[in-house]
Amino acid sequence: MIRLTVNGETMQLYSTDNLKQLLESLHLGEKRVAVEVNREIIPQSLHQTTRIREGDRVEIVRAIGGG
Amino acid sequence: MTPDFTLNDPLIIADRTFTSRLMIGTGKYKDMEETRQAIETSGAEIVTLAVRRTNIGQNPNEPNLLDVISPEKYCILPNTAFCYTAEEAVRTCRLARELLGGHDLVKLEVLGDEKTLYPNVTETLKAAEILINDGFKVMVYTSDDPLIAKRLEDMGCVAVMPLGAPIGSGLGISNPHNIKLILENAQVPIIVDAGVGTPSDATLAMELGCAGVLMNSAVAHAQQPVLMAQAMRKAVECGREGYLAGRMPRKAYASASSPIEGTIS
Repeated sequence: MIRLTVNGETMQLYSTDNLKQLLESLHLGEKRVAVEVNREIIPQSLHQTTRIREGDRVEIVRAIGGG
Repeated sequence: MTPDFTLNDPLIIADRTFTSRLMIGTGKYKDMEETRQAIETSGAEIVTLAVRRTNIGQNPNEPNLLDVISPEKYCILPNTAFCYTAEEAVRTCRLARELLGGHDLVKLEVLGDEKTLYPNVTETLKAAEILINDGFKVMVYTSDDPLIAKRLEDMGCVAVMPLGAPIGSGLGISNPHNIKLILENAQVPIIVDAGVGTPSDATLAMELGCAGVLMNSAVAHAQQPVLMAQAMRKAVECGREGYLAGRMPRKAYASASSPIEGTIS
């Protein structure tokens, strides 16, 4: 198992997980979101090939109401 | 036939053409349905939204704003609200660009103070430079300082958006003289962003010669937001037409409207 931080929360995952699987496990696989890993934006086309590593800091954002 | 002046009076921002000069925010509404109705009724084509963390599985069926305010129908203007540094604002814009499939038009706002939500102009200048170099089309929220407005335009911002009064205050256009000074020197659209409380505030901004008005609370916090959205649409059109028509000169004394000749005695 590896430990990582997602949107400020600590999580544990199997080390084989890629970013796409992480999003699916959070029920965000089909949602319009944007993702940063360690402050670097990972384009959607690279989610499947981006491995998640111990200590990664992941930010997942979406659009909400704002002025 | 009555001529339709709006057909010959498009608003052009970064080579995109718009008919409506009212821009609306999507925050603070009761629910998604009220958001949808208010935005639709306002006639706005440019609609702002914010970028925030998703919940991570706690609420998988949460409605998505982009399903209600579709990027196919509206020109989405992601904002950097609640960013207090240039770095946070730039990061937010890059995430928004990824979120919206490469969309490059953004509303830059870097705040300086939680109580007044007044813009931090030095951080705004820094962020604008980075974003413009990175290919963004920046519509920038700023103070009503004419020198800073000009500087932001010279840097390459595609629209400059001075506040009328603090965000969410509804105090109206507190310094119309400054807005006029900004307008005098501007080659890019000047849009009053923040401060509008009533339709007459919006009309005043447009009568001054602003290219548009951006608002959120004035509609969302009205007793009847959808009705206010309609009023604001009319107010902005009304102010624009009044500006284009050109007001009569002010005089110190009366000038009769009815002819003096032929009065009975």
